[in-house]
Amino acid sequence: MGAIRTNLMLCTGTGCVSSGSRKVTAALHEELKKRGLDKEIEIVLTGCNGYCAEGPVMAVYPDEVFYQKLNVEEIPKLVEEHFLKGRPYEKLMFTEPQKKSTIPLLKDIPFFKYQVSLVLRNKGMINPEKLEDYITRDGYQALAKALTEMSPEDIVKVVSDSGLRGRGGAGFPTGKKWELGLKIKSDLKFVVCNGDEGDPGAFMDRSVMEADPHAVIEGMIICGAATQSHKGYIYVRAEYPLAVKRLQIAIDLCYDAGLLGKNILDTGFDFDLEIYQGAGAFVCGEATALMRSIEGKRGMPRPKLWRSAVKGLWDKPTVLNNVETFANIPQIILNGADWYKSFGTEESAGTKVFALTGAIHNVGLVEVPMDTTLRRIIYDIGGGIKKKGRKFKAVQLGGPSGGCIPEEYLDTRVSYEDIKKSGAIVGSGGMVVMDDSNCMVNIAKFFLEFTADESCGKCVPCRVGTKVMYDMLTDISEGRGKDCDIETLEDLSHDIIESSLCGLGQSAPTPVLSTLRYFRHEYEMHIHEKWCQTGVCRDLCTFYIDATLCKGCGACMRACPSKAIAGEKKKPHAIVQCLCVHCRTCWDTCNFNSIKILPVYARNVGDAEIEKLAGALAGNQFGLNFPAAEIAEHLKVSPPLTGGD
Amino acid sequence: MNKFSIEDLKKIKENYSAVFNLKEGGYRAKVIVHMGPCGVAAGANKVLKAMVDEILKANITDVIVKRSSCGGLCAREPLATVELINQPPVRYCKLNDRKAREIFREHVLRGNPVEKYALVVGCETTC
Repeated sequence: MGAIRTNLMLCTGTGCVSSGSRKVTAALHEELKKRGLDKEIEIVLTGCNGYCAEGPVMAVYPDEVFYQKLNVEEIPKLVEEHFLKGRPYEKLMFTEPQKKSTIPLLKDIPFFKYQVSLVLRNKGMINPEKLEDYITRDGYQALAKALTEMSPEDIVKVVSDSGLRGRGGAGFPTGKKWELGLKIKSDLKFVVCNGDEGDPGAFMDRSVMEADPHAVIEGMIICGAATQSHKGYIYVRAEYPLAVKRLQIAIDLCYDAGLLGKNILDTGFDFDLEIYQGAGAFVCGEATALMRSIEGKRGMPRPKLWRSAVKGLWDKPTVLNNVETFANIPQIILNGADWYKSFGTEESAGTKVFALTGAIHNVGLVEVPMDTTLRRIIYDIGGGIKKKGRKFKAVQLGGPSGGCIPEEYLDTRVSYEDIKKSGAIVGSGGMVVMDDSNCMVNIAKFFLEFTADESCGKCVPCRVGTKVMYDMLTDISEGRGKDCDIETLEDLSHDIIESSLCGLGQSAPTPVLSTLRYFRHEYEMHIHEKWCQTGVCRDLCTFYIDATLCKGCGACMRACPSKAIAGEKKKPHAIVQCLCVHCRTCWDTCNFNSIKILPVYARNVGDAEIEKLAGALAGNQFGLNFPAAEIAEHLKVSPPLTGGD
Repeated sequence: MNKFSIEDLKKIKENYSAVFNLKEGGYRAKVIVHMGPCGVAAGANKVLKAMVDEILKANITDVIVKRSSCGGLCAREPLATVELINQPPVRYCKLNDRKAREIFREHVLRGNPVEKYALVVGCETTC
């Protein structure tokens, strides 16, 4: 008997036996014998191979070929091909299923794909409490370069050439500010970092201070070197305890390492830095009020007779910049002005960090070049509107000083100029996305309430005017709106803008003006028809179930807090109007879009009439010239009260 | 601490980058738990604890755990990034104690990224 040239390891584990390996064994034996190969090829029956799903399985040695799903019919072919002709029988060969990784690549996810991280380049990569981490990511290299290779004039020139503009919102060219700060001669000059971020829904500066405190500090020291000042303050609100903690740790580490204090990096330059904690007044984000606050006085703006670069803190020249502006500086010094200019638009260079919040999927912190469109930010990066069935309505930019931008303007780029044209401001970068369940009158009211509350009280137009505007908006949203209200709101807005001292008053009416500009019909609906079509203003709506759409699932019934919905399972439900508290819970709950929102006077009509009314109104949804009074008269219900005068 | 000179900055960068960037002979794996307020509010502390606990249990010294700041995608917190030597980092989202332990055992110890919890693979550095 000759030597065995091939071993066939045929599995006879329970799994393979039940899928027919015994029959396969017999067939193999027979076929090998027929071909006269039985002397050279040995069949070895093995225990379970572990790949039972594709059994019967067989391994061929020394060829190292693995066969699966063997069956009696295929055996002759297999023996002929492999053991006679010597080529593996591919049909039954095991092929490794293409290993498809389900983890997407960073460049395939729009959230990451469209972002450019300059300010946030270290976010989530370094431990902000460790100096070594920052240094490893090129930290303080820019400072070394600025102190050894560049004169103050050089630094100012690079910053000017880079086109960096104040990231606090106004967009004042940073280079110009520094240039003035350098030119003014004084025994004492200050560098101040404005970390008093107070817009509702904004958290960019906080994140920068928390994620990369050293970048802010390095930017401030470089600013000190450029303007020849030796003392700096970081003004952070006390509501940001983590930012304060991490900044303090960073400052302490810098003092220990000789990056702050006397003779920085052995170059002979001195710079001291300290944190000043603000008490969280919104107005202290305004430069002059902020400086008063550091001086220990009440945070109130003063007339800007001089730029703060001439007379600022304690009447000494002061360069005051936003957190994000300072965090940009090290990168600009290190990589040059041209590199920075390659991002963004001609007038607005670089990137901007936005705090993306509201009714979208990917709530978070995003940094994009300033030529990115709002649509890209909201739909690609933000992932679009979160709630199914809801549509995009507006995006609120710039917090209480900013405005709302509707769908038509979504292709606006987020540069200072383009956003300003649309009636909003870039502001510090809060971006609140709203879907069509938001009432714009209510949004304006919310921001007016905020500014009326935060007004410092120094100027009468701001102190009283915002309160009057807020009261008018409350009246409108509670059904007491009068015909002349819109015009009065506009008049008041312009008066407040023209006669207020500081940015707070000058921008407080912006939310009202921008919603009036794009959503005037909503105001008109509120005032003339007493109808809040989104159902937010509960005194201006009637909820009604469209029987043709209702599936009788009972979801609204369970959700209703006042048990105002009645009906049998799988039969259309109905709202008992006298019990309804108009909270809109049913509308939010219904998956079939069967809850309709009617004007307030529909509450008083009978079941039959409300149905007719709903039908008549359905054709007129969001129409401006809506004949509500005529319909009401036709249905013999009392027409809506139109304003007093 | 001695005051730094400019040469010191370069030295620190060179010496420390082996730890920071996972070079041969240093650490084999790096786990970054993103602990901004958004992450902490969503339970990043538990994730961190689980990771540290697993390291102690496994009794290994070639893995470092780092605390870092907000990863940017606050909607999917807690986030954690796991990076093995010579491999692109994998970012995981919506973690909890159980998922963190599973990721540690599967990815950090055995080297197989846990696809079901993963958000994205790759590094987002631009410069």
